[in-house]
Amino acid sequence: MALDKIGIAKRIAQEVQDGMYINLGIGIPTLVANYIPEELNVVLQSENGLLGIGRFPTEEEVDADLINAGKQTITMRDGSVLFDSSESFGMIRGGHVDLTILGAMEVSENGDIANWKIPGKMVKGMGGAMDLVASAKNIIVAMQHTSRSGDSKLLKECSLPITGINCVRKIVTNLAVLEVQEEGGFLLLERAPGVTVDEIKEATAGKLIVNGDVPEMKIN
Amino acid sequence: MINKVVKNADEAVKDIPSGAVLMLGGFGLCGIPENSISALLKTGVKNLTCISNNAGVDDFGIGLMLKTHQVKKMISSYVGENAEFERQLLSGELEVDLIPQGTLAERVRAGGAGIPAFYTPAGYGTEVAEGKETREFDGKMYLLESWLRADFSLVKAWKGDTAGNLIFKGTARNFNPMMAAAGKITIAEVEELVPAGELDPNEIHTPGIYVQRIFKGVDYEKRIEQRTVTS
Repeated sequence: MALDKIGIAKRIAQEVQDGMYINLGIGIPTLVANYIPEELNVVLQSENGLLGIGRFPTEEEVDADLINAGKQTITMRDGSVLFDSSESFGMIRGGHVDLTILGAMEVSENGDIANWKIPGKMVKGMGGAMDLVASAKNIIVAMQHTSRSGDSKLLKECSLPITGINCVRKIVTNLAVLEVQEEGGFLLLERAPGVTVDEIKEATAGKLIVNGDVPEMKIN
Repeated sequence: MINKVVKNADEAVKDIPSGAVLMLGGFGLCGIPENSISALLKTGVKNLTCISNNAGVDDFGIGLMLKTHQVKKMISSYVGENAEFERQLLSGELEVDLIPQGTLAERVRAGGAGIPAFYTPAGYGTEVAEGKETREFDGKMYLLESWLRADFSLVKAWKGDTAGNLIFKGTARNFNPMMAAAGKITIAEVEELVPAGELDPNEIHTPGIYVQRIFKGVDYEKRIEQRTVTS
């Protein structure tokens, strides 16, 4: 069965390692924070100027001067630090953030990502996405494998305006875990429970590489 | 000692003319200069260019100035929370430059720090790079981006003193410190205004050299866009 959003978040949480500094995008990536094992010490970065995002506040703790990049009220963990936007993107551009998890509308087989604009329809702006994808050492994309109308979102080339080129390493969808290869193509690493390789092939418009038996994801 | 205190927002913004280039601090509605925006609604100046990460929401922040058609051009990174903005953009009433958030922050920082241009990887290979000079450094491609400066910068801080020194709170700092430095005239509004000497110099974020006018703001609404709580 294909994964739901929580399943995708749980699978991505398995990629997190002890000691990482991590930037989480809006949507499914934000959910990942809920499934990072407690024994791992990680620090979440919010590009509006905070290292050390904590849980959501109680009613009494709500502070309008403390929000995340999705404009949600948050709290700070012990050891947090606040800074301005220039410093924040300095640490992103400078390669100091270990892992970036973000959503996408399309990914191409050479690792290009499109997630900021639908011409004539959506005019919102790129926010920090272009800075993040241009500099991050390790980018994992969380997305649905196909659009609502059934079109593949894993393509040979992106059809939408791109956010960054050659930057995505790993993709976790409702159907599969895939790794973008240096020479191009999506290497199939894992299948969602009960999903067949043929189903994944059917849903992937870009070049899918299948090497031998592909294991099922293990999701708790 | 230099005293930069003005009575209120009305006095602080009274010489901002139509056609001025403004910077406004804030991320979403967090750390925005609420009092200065209200005062500009009253003076009614038009054809403003506003450099600000976001454009407020329909009924708060810069969104209020869009409603009164005081803004000619916005330079922002993300404007997704504002239906009136999107309407004016699609109808051609409003000019908009959308630029990556880190590039925006650094262009403003560069403006205040006297650096006319710099190379950044953000936007290389995308439509943001169209018409811009590119260059390779150590095997990676970068874009040349230029500084941003303003006639007036409107910033909001938590505490300030009569010499213009500022301290910010939480994530309300965001773009405010760089914008303070990049304005020819910087107007700071603060929740608490104290005599020079009362702030600990070790704790000051923005040195008063960047601030020309300061006043104690009133009636802060501090609206929250996404109120998320745990029980």
